Amino acid sequence: MNDRILLAHGSGSKLSHDLLEKILVPPINNPLLARMDDAAVFELAGKLAFTTDSYVVNPIFFPGGDIGRLAVCGTVNDLSMSGAEPLYLSLALIIEEGLEIAELSRIIQSVKDTCDEAGVQVITGDTKVVNKGKADKLFINTAGIGSLPKGLDISGSNAKIGDKIILSGGIGEHGIAVMSQREGLQFSVPVQSDCAPLNKLVAAMLRASKKINCMRDPTRGGLAATLSEFALQSDVGIVIEEDKIPLHDGVRGVCELLGLDPLYIANEGKLVAVVSPEDAEKVLKAMKQNKYAGEAAVIGEVTAGHRGRVVMKTNIGASRIVDMPTGEILPRIC
Amino acid sequence: MKFIDEFRDAGLVRKLANRIAAISTKQARLMEFCGGHTVAIMKNGIRQLLPPNVQMLSGPGCPVCVTSNSDIDKVLALAKLPDVIITTFGDMLKVPGSYSSLQQARAEGNDIRIVYSTQDALQIARENPGKSVVFVGIGFETTAPTVAAAVMQADAEKIRNFYIICLLKLTPPAMKALLDLGEVKLNGIICPGHVSAIIGTHPYQAYARDYGVACVVAGFEPVDILQAVEMLVQQIEAGNPTVEIAYTRGVKEEGNVRALEMMRGVFDVQSATWRGIGTIPSSGYQLKQKFSRFDAEKAFVIDPGPVREHQGCCCGEILRGVKTPEDCRLFAKVCVPENPVGPCMVSAEGSCAAYYQYGDFHER
Repeated sequence: MNDRILLAHGSGSKLSHDLLEKILVPPINNPLLARMDDAAVFELAGKLAFTTDSYVVNPIFFPGGDIGRLAVCGTVNDLSMSGAEPLYLSLALIIEEGLEIAELSRIIQSVKDTCDEAGVQVITGDTKVVNKGKADKLFINTAGIGSLPKGLDISGSNAKIGDKIILSGGIGEHGIAVMSQREGLQFSVPVQSDCAPLNKLVAAMLRASKKINCMRDPTRGGLAATLSEFALQSDVGIVIEEDKIPLHDGVRGVCELLGLDPLYIANEGKLVAVVSPEDAEKVLKAMKQNKYAGEAAVIGEVTAGHRGRVVMKTNIGASRIVDMPTGEILPRIC
Repeated sequence: MKFIDEFRDAGLVRKLANRIAAISTKQARLMEFCGGHTVAIMKNGIRQLLPPNVQMLSGPGCPVCVTSNSDIDKVLALAKLPDVIITTFGDMLKVPGSYSSLQQARAEGNDIRIVYSTQDALQIARENPGKSVVFVGIGFETTAPTVAAAVMQADAEKIRNFYIICLLKLTPPAMKALLDLGEVKLNGIICPGHVSAIIGTHPYQAYARDYGVACVVAGFEPVDILQAVEMLVQQIEAGNPTVEIAYTRGVKEEGNVRALEMMRGVFDVQSATWRGIGTIPSSGYQLKQKFSRFDAEKAFVIDPGPVREHQGCCCGEILRGVKTPEDCRLFAKVCVPENPVGPCMVSAEGSCAAYYQYGDFHER
């Protein structure tokens, strides 16, 4: 077999068949996938959640993760944020001609490891190969289906005045890890992506309380975008306190250097929950026992004032608006 | 983080704010020249901590904002030439020229790359010998030494495909132009921190002496800024305007002698066009004759076409400190970051963007 992906690998020929049989399917195989029919067939009862997301991260390997882990975590987390238990995923690959097969294998193995960690299965998939320059090494799309427990209603529009805002840990790690790698910025404190499946964390939170009103993973746009969305969707105000927000030194240092605001930097393994005040401590305690939320903290609360806006009390005791991010986040000149 | 947290200490900030309130009796209209200061002031909510007679105005210290449409049009014209790679700092990307922006030009397929230093641009030139690599030399005295270093290095290494479009600007002449215009009666200036690290404090002596304006160089943390405000208020109360440094850990009176030498070796001073202020004599740099082969404007024939100014926004008055963003009728209504009318809303260090992004919510 060649050591790089050729256009012929996507042509439906013997080569395509070999790629599937030898490289793509074995690591992630399971009885539903193994049927290799045009569609996976399965039974599910009750209320379901369904989501999809595409992953185009550059570079495809970054400190703390890779595009395969990201593609599983992203979709698992989107399902989890609605309160659903993620079950099945689809996996569609768009491969740029010339990708090393060894790299592809590492990514499929990473998909498998992350699926195992989250307890989900890839049950259908697709592979396309495009000409050099028409994609950037590898693009992945995953869709996911999950089952919702009865009586659960978690939505960005459910925040109520007095609710507590809980954040599961330090912000900005994924965005800074990827940016450092992409731009070849060498820092003495390397920042690792926080990319992680959060379904078990969410399950523990839901066991602790039925009063989780909103939940979201602050990916692109960061914490600022997620909180702004809650404030707008629920038509409430939100106040957060700068000194309560967990932030690791590495992220802080890079942000200082490049003039970036960590509130706007992407996360891939964090969540924000809006919880009724009487249950906040219970939820926080449950979260802290999960390995991805040891630094969880109450960072603020929902208020009646300044509806639709997020206000942050700064470290020096003043306050400022935290607005939605706009456009591409670019480092400053001086 | 050591050496930063000390300058963000809430207790120290409160103490300084109380001291300022206690000594301040006279009207103190202070201008921060630098966009970095504007952002720090808004981001930390420093204006909320000052007594009402201490007024903070934002000046023309955002290099992106003061770059004229005609200069941006030139860069865009260069970008459209075949086999040209434009290298630029990130925040130039979104700024509109007369008809387009680098961001749009990039989407149209032109090769425009974000770099973090002039060294990155040089490296791109080394790696692409078949292409012409143009670095957009924008910024103040902080950026100028790095451009000078790149030109000297390209000259020494005989890199023949590296060019600069030299849009560098000098701060003291712009301050003088504002004081000469006399539209705003200033009592004090918070002098830029990074620029002063290069040029030192001698250029400010004339403002204290001839215009009676107190001058203090400030750093960029809340304690730095409040300390500078306190020193300015003390000077104003005593009726004794002079030049002082609050940012002693970054700035020396004589500046950075080596950087100044390099700048003098590579550039000649010339007039420059500032958005909102117009042409200011001796406020810009051009490459010296002996480095003119690196000058993109001389190496390429470009036709940027007619210049068109953006209508209806107050960016000019805001850059001169005559108006604050809140005085502009378009601010936060028509003119928002996702639909900016003028450059002050585009650049992260623009006054309007800083006021919008971090504004005290009571004001909105």
